[in-house]
Amino acid sequence: MRADATAVGPGGGGALGRAFIYGLLLVFAVIFLMPLFVMLVTSFKTLDEVHNGNMLALPQHWTIAPWLDAWGRACVGLSCNGIAGYFGNSIEMVVPAVAVSTLLGAVNGYVLTKWRFPGHKLVFGLMLFGCFIPFQAVLIPMARVLGLLGIGNSILGLILTHIVYGLGFTTLFFRNYYEAFPTELVRAAQIDGAGFWQIFRRILLPASGPIIIVTVIFQFTNIWNDFLFGSSFTSGANVPMTVALNNLVNTSTGVRQYNVDMAAAIIAAGPTLLVYIVAGRYFVRGLMAGAVKG
Amino acid sequence: MSSTTAISPAAIPRQRGARVQLADLLPRLVLAPSFAIVLVFVYGFILWTIYLSLTPSRMMPVYRLTGFDAYHRLWLLPNWYMALRNIAIFGCLYVVFCTGLGLLLAILLDQRIRAEGALRTIYLYPMAISFIVTGTAWKWFLNPGLGLEKTLHAWGWTSFHFDWLINTHMAIYTVVMAGVWQATGFCMAMFLAGLRGIDGEILRAAQIDGASAIATYRRIVIPMLRPVFLSAVIVLAHMAIKSYDLVIALTGGGPGNATELPSTFMYSYTFTRNEMSVGAASAVMMLMTIAAIIVPYLYSELRERAR
Amino acid sequence: MAFLEISGLRKRYHNLEVLKGIDLELEKGGFLVLVGPSGCGKSTLLNTIAGLEAFSEGEIRIDGEVVNQLRPSKRDIAMVFQSYALYPNMTVAQNIGFGMEMRGVPKPQREAAIQRVAGMLQISHLLGRRPSQLSGGQRQRVAMGRALVRDPRVFLFDEPLSNLDAKLRVDMRTEIKKLHAATGKTIVYVTHDQVEAMTLGTKIAVLKEGALQQVGTPAEVYNRPANLFVADFMGSPAMNLLPAQVTGSNGTAALTVARDGGAPIVLRIPPSVAAARLAPGQPVILGIRPEAITDPAGADRNSPWIDVQEAHVEIVEPAGSDTYVVTRAADKEVIARMRADAEVRPGSRIPFAFDLAKAVLFDPGSGQRLA
Repeated sequence: MRADATAVGPGGGGALGRAFIYGLLLVFAVIFLMPLFVMLVTSFKTLDEVHNGNMLALPQHWTIAPWLDAWGRACVGLSCNGIAGYFGNSIEMVVPAVAVSTLLGAVNGYVLTKWRFPGHKLVFGLMLFGCFIPFQAVLIPMARVLGLLGIGNSILGLILTHIVYGLGFTTLFFRNYYEAFPTELVRAAQIDGAGFWQIFRRILLPASGPIIIVTVIFQFTNIWNDFLFGSSFTSGANVPMTVALNNLVNTSTGVRQYNVDMAAAIIAAGPTLLVYIVAGRYFVRGLMAGAVKG
Repeated sequence: MSSTTAISPAAIPRQRGARVQLADLLPRLVLAPSFAIVLVFVYGFILWTIYLSLTPSRMMPVYRLTGFDAYHRLWLLPNWYMALRNIAIFGCLYVVFCTGLGLLLAILLDQRIRAEGALRTIYLYPMAISFIVTGTAWKWFLNPGLGLEKTLHAWGWTSFHFDWLINTHMAIYTVVMAGVWQATGFCMAMFLAGLRGIDGEILRAAQIDGASAIATYRRIVIPMLRPVFLSAVIVLAHMAIKSYDLVIALTGGGPGNATELPSTFMYSYTFTRNEMSVGAASAVMMLMTIAAIIVPYLYSELRERAR
Repeated sequence: MAFLEISGLRKRYHNLEVLKGIDLELEKGGFLVLVGPSGCGKSTLLNTIAGLEAFSEGEIRIDGEVVNQLRPSKRDIAMVFQSYALYPNMTVAQNIGFGMEMRGVPKPQREAAIQRVAGMLQISHLLGRRPSQLSGGQRQRVAMGRALVRDPRVFLFDEPLSNLDAKLRVDMRTEIKKLHAATGKTIVYVTHDQVEAMTLGTKIAVLKEGALQQVGTPAEVYNRPANLFVADFMGSPAMNLLPAQVTGSNGTAALTVARDGGAPIVLRIPPSVAAARLAPGQPVILGIRPEAITDPAGADRNSPWIDVQEAHVEIVEPAGSDTYVVTRAADKEVIARMRADAEVRPGSRIPFAFDLAKAVLFDPGSGQRLA
């Protein structure tokens, strides 16, 4: 005799209930995907279709012209060479900034957890608070300092900025991760005669794979997506991708080329979306670690 | 710099003084540059900004202290009140909807759904894209004439009218919509993790006690998620106050100043209207608000770790 | 008719059979202990009785009523969990009263019941506190209070003492036994600790890999284990299990236990086995508990079944109240329990008294006890 499957866990039973749950989830999924869908679909339409047709309809005549325009011909501000150059700017900015801030974060986390000194809590607290400040509070001084250093309108200035203001987060990530790492291993290595850097290089770093990935993804996403610093500290040909996109979309000369705008937006979002799809698990960990007690 | 060879016992007493000092010093030396950077670029700059807010700086910084003039001026500007009104509306709705929807989605996903992984990816992807892209996409989506309005007309709902984007009273709500769309996935992820951390035995005890699904969630599960709520609210409030990119891309602060927020206010007064001291003053106000939220939170978090 | 009846219970999880045809009966007021190593299915069995888990075949009856289709809250049972499962955001009083609230019991009655139960368990002064403010033992009592206040037909306990430290465990064990005596309720109790099983139960069911190995009173399970597994599992230190051979037949039958580099131990056939059923040369396994092997002075003088044999002492472990002496036979360690003041030195050769009245024989192939 088959026994009845009594519900385990709240809200289990009932076929109607399940259908309702799935239905609701599906509705939300559609809502979440809608803007992306619209962007994609619009970017493959001719401007005529965009004006005359339905936003949600698939293109009748597929064309990649908007994409080519966005990349090489669109007008950003005064120059009309597409966003290719600005894409390059962003890459130039992101790679060193991510690398340096991650490395520094790792070393800082190492010191704060395995080489405790009096006042380490205060130091960490001060660095941590730096993550949370509204950047408006440091915008003016930073602009002055960058100008004084002669890197006022340059990618280098942005790299420096992102390293400085990314330190808090990277230190937080590594500090929490190394906190959970058994200190006995460090002590054992010390007894074996290993020094400060050796312990870091030979014991901690090799075990740091996951947190390095998490930190790199987090920093990459934040720095690539930044707009405030980009628009405040650079202009003209030196702006990163996000600023260029905004300028492109808000260029008020002539007819609004919605399809080109959308193609440009997707290009701008491409790298971070790709990273998210490939390494989503680590992305989530980064989000949570940056938000909650790690 | 640090010794890597084994020291014979005989050598230790003689060298101990210098070795110990070096060993103590090296970690601090290594940390020092980062700490110094933070001290200067964060706290030093904050002090600088505060200083500027007490000067009559306009386009260029002037370092003559004139007291709280800039603050007086700030609190007389209608733009500032608009910004405050907007941040209040935006902040509250943003936090409420994100946590509410996030909790709902998390509870739904916790019911052993088959496509859970895929759904989670869909709800979270907006967090990966820039606010500028979000703003651009939603600007197009809500475009009066070519966006949602036109689509619904084409589907037969001809009386639908959606011009919120250019409506001075409703524009701020479009910012709320786009913002909630972006951040709900994040709340969902946090709540889902919280739900998964609940001891299964407690749920079984509730079953035996005869609690229905709703009663179990209402009386037991949701109260247990209080710490998650707190974290979520803090992070969301913080994100709301810092919101700048989203507004710029979606409405540009307009129409007019209908979607002015403290962040856009600060930027425009500092760089466009050449009233640096007022801009600095507004930045200080933003900082104080965030500090009021974050500092107690950080303090309790760090203290708890000590135990 | 028994109060709790389980017939032909099977549970399949994907392709794995987790519970293999369980048949159990428990009279009203009995204390049934389900005992076995981790993963043997005892908790799963308990959960199916509670209605928290489904099963594939079989029937469960409580007081004559088939409860297969009933939800846990409708089976009139209460459960105490290993981790107590107290609702963290409710006070002790609310925790105890939650089930009644869900059933719609009016407030004054709820309050009265809570006070009564709290008094019984001596936790009245804790009613306003939260679980996080209580010690392990106090939480345990609250969990029991929550179960008691329900006044159910059957109490279910899922390893409730596992999370307590040793001393507390012993104290709580006594509490539970006293509770059973005072309330006369029917109890099903799961544990992996065979000492708990022996001290608490009126009936013990030993499980291994989802199958019942033996069901009986503590005495039966301890003295007449049904198979090698039960023999080894119950009792600490474990029963000595020695491969032996039957020599001779019928009237002259004897057991020979080989020894490395020495004469074998020769013992009579234990009275628990019908000697006539044994064939000469038949391999058997002799099961004899350490307390049945002592020094001759400490052996039961009145028993006609004491056989004394000399053996070489390998290790001596003075344990305060006894002395454990280890010798070797059939390539295994044999543990004997001697009086505390017995004078034994490692390396010496002394007489060991085997009380065969307490010995059993097993068939090496099937593992079953020979009768």
